[in-house]
Amino acid sequence: MSALTFTPNGIYCPAGDFHIDPWRPVKRALITHGHADHARSGMGAYLATDIATPVMRHRLGDINIDTIRYGEQRQIGGAKVSFHPAGHVPGSAQIRVEVGGEVWVASGDYKVVDDGLSTPFEPVKCHHFITESTFGLPVFRWQPQAVIAAQINEWWATCATAGKTAFLGCYALGKAQRLLSMLNPDVGPILTHTAIENTNSIMRSQGIALPDTVRADTDLTPKDHPGALVLSPPSALGSAWARKFGAQETAFASGWMALRGIRRRRAGDRGFVISDHADWPNLLSAIAETGAENIYVTHGYTEIFARHLSEQGWNAQVLQTEFGSDEEDAA
Amino acid sequence: MIQFAQLFNAIDQSTKTTVKVAALTEFFRTAPEGDRIWTIAIFSGRRPKRAVTTTKLREWAAEVADIPLWLFEEAYPIVGDLAETIALVLPEPTTTNDQGLTHWINALRGLSEVDEPVRKAFVLEAWASLDPTQRFLFNKLLTGGFRVGVSQKLMTRALARATGKDEAEMAHRLMGDWDPATVTWAQLIEEDDPAASASRPYPFYLAYALEDAPENLGAPEVWQAEWKWDGIRGQLILRDGVHYVWSRGEELMTDRFPEFARACDFVPNGTVLDGEILVWGDEKPQNFNALQARIGRKTVPKKLLQSAPVILYAYDLLEWGGTDLRAQPLAERRETLEALCADLPADAPIKLAPSLPFDNWQALADIRATARDAQAEGLMLKRRDSPYRIGRKKGDWWKWKLDPLTIDAVMIYAQSGHGRRANLFTDFTFAVWNGNDLVPFTKAYSGLTDDEFRKITAWVKKNTLQRFGPVRSVTPHHVFEIAFEGIQSSSRHKSGVALRFPRMARWRQDKPVQEANTLDDLNNMLALYG
Repeated sequence: MSALTFTPNGIYCPAGDFHIDPWRPVKRALITHGHADHARSGMGAYLATDIATPVMRHRLGDINIDTIRYGEQRQIGGAKVSFHPAGHVPGSAQIRVEVGGEVWVASGDYKVVDDGLSTPFEPVKCHHFITESTFGLPVFRWQPQAVIAAQINEWWATCATAGKTAFLGCYALGKAQRLLSMLNPDVGPILTHTAIENTNSIMRSQGIALPDTVRADTDLTPKDHPGALVLSPPSALGSAWARKFGAQETAFASGWMALRGIRRRRAGDRGFVISDHADWPNLLSAIAETGAENIYVTHGYTEIFARHLSEQGWNAQVLQTEFGSDEEDAA
Repeated sequence: MIQFAQLFNAIDQSTKTTVKVAALTEFFRTAPEGDRIWTIAIFSGRRPKRAVTTTKLREWAAEVADIPLWLFEEAYPIVGDLAETIALVLPEPTTTNDQGLTHWINALRGLSEVDEPVRKAFVLEAWASLDPTQRFLFNKLLTGGFRVGVSQKLMTRALARATGKDEAEMAHRLMGDWDPATVTWAQLIEEDDPAASASRPYPFYLAYALEDAPENLGAPEVWQAEWKWDGIRGQLILRDGVHYVWSRGEELMTDRFPEFARACDFVPNGTVLDGEILVWGDEKPQNFNALQARIGRKTVPKKLLQSAPVILYAYDLLEWGGTDLRAQPLAERRETLEALCADLPADAPIKLAPSLPFDNWQALADIRATARDAQAEGLMLKRRDSPYRIGRKKGDWWKWKLDPLTIDAVMIYAQSGHGRRANLFTDFTFAVWNGNDLVPFTKAYSGLTDDEFRKITAWVKKNTLQRFGPVRSVTPHHVFEIAFEGIQSSSRHKSGVALRFPRMARWRQDKPVQEANTLDDLNNMLALYG
């Protein structure tokens, strides 16, 4: 029997009787990170990294959750389990499962470059590697974070000079905090939508350093904050709440902004290409570094990516999962 | 290319008209003359001839990117644009190049003269020296189809601002047959050149669709009603003993419709007519299907000239005796037009499109209901005292089309869209029931909101049965109401019918798949309306 198997409930370890990121309620779930398509409600018991846990509690409410540190080894039934940094968002992990000498790694979502906020990605040697393929096409290649930061700050400064509020749309968990760390506070005040500020507070209370922000709730008077940049979930861009700020420019920060069609459909005025997922070269390098022979390709351009891996000599196959359901917003 | 790339970025990065016009105005004030002319040409659909096939471009791009060709081909429909796909897969540039737009266009124009290895070397060198935006624009010039969110109207406005000239005059100057390779800025924009202006059509006046009841338009007496024809909108120009036929899309179609050569025998010089090009037979206009045989044919065989002869069904007179009549009220223009047409022999290729007398709005609604019998799409309403305006303007002209025909159909194939809709499944094939089988009968790709397209895209990804390149067959489950303007029998389609302007009117999430319409229903519609 394999260390990990694939069932209608999700990825399952028979030796340890647990699931990884299951999409249906199960007894025991090991969670790679807190995004909604990986950490779902209704599990009997959860296990996640100590860094990921506070946000999961906030999102999932009163759950039975145990924590584990990166690199800590734990025996669950017949399986040896450890969590390793995935670099996707703070606390995100690749889950290593070893049964009878056979090593599997379920990587959840990952990126290889250091974003300055999440614990950087660490390659883990294994025989079987489960990889995402959100940006598994050769058209996706990210520029260095500093280049994008300069673009965003320049755009913000231009907005501020023109007397406009700069609205930057992004995902509330992970991307928002990464963007915060990239912003130049000298340009002006940074305001945040409540959904984002809630996550910020949780991260600050667990000791993650973030720049000062002002909660832009209904009590806030927009004209008291000239030249502001407002971080907002994409759904709130252009809403009644956003319109209160008067003259504004809107932008959207996501890996999908690399494609002009999507940029024009989603972005309003500007699109900044920044993602918490690995780009094409990094997907390939990460896979190579695992030393694994068997690659299971989940959410993204699965068939194309698996075919390419097969041609490059891997034993690659597509794995149908329910991850990445909200990919355009999350990426 | 740097300045042109900056212009493109400014336009592409904004959704605001004011920002785009400002960027264009600045460009027309400061760019070198050649670059200005080519920019006008590009944004008005005049591009250099394609010098490299897209097949070669794909091969070269895959080679430079060091990826297999199939992988490039898979990425292309997802990106939705060939020029962009190439720009994205290529490695970072290794050198820089500060040549301007005109240099690149001239180089491309020379490219069809040289052998393929030289061509390839040139393209690869360009790719290696241009940054991603410039590279994308270079590829756009190579492949054609330059849609970047700049309408002719915006460009005309910017040109008028940059030169201090009148917008209407500028619009007229940019019409017609000029060659960006030889024209000078002075000729195109500044000088008065009678020879160049002889072929020049007037900008077309276009109507908006009537959304409210016509009662809201006020008294019926001030309106003129006509059938709305389903042909090719065109202008017939007779000046200096030569005739020109222009389509609404500003395409010179004189050679495609040799029938109009005889117009010179009947209509004096200095005449410009606006009307609909239609196939004429049995003393009446024929449906669009008949015209289809003529569309796209640059040379017309004699047999086709006899079986599908065209006429101009004239409904407006823009120039008479060399005088621009557009400022006159429609009623006066119409009077002159009627007098002109009254003198024409029965076999002239020009006929007067009738106006439809009516006393009250209800009477007009009754006339509209019979539009299909008259081979018309509905009615046009034109204010009798209105001038002939430029472009699409609300108020004086309205189209009041028939309600479309509709049928409930099952989605069986899905394909992703292009450009703005890349990465969304937007192009669907629909089927109706024939017993227990589903027979495909039409494709449709418009009518849903972005949000609905997102939902259906997520569904398609989870319910794919089989993939054929970019096309996926999906579980027959969703029913859509398909609206269309007409139905014809067709031997080219499995179902035996072809629809005119099919689109998705509604996603019938309330309707189980078994309750979609049948092939019999479709055939009944064909018998009724075909």
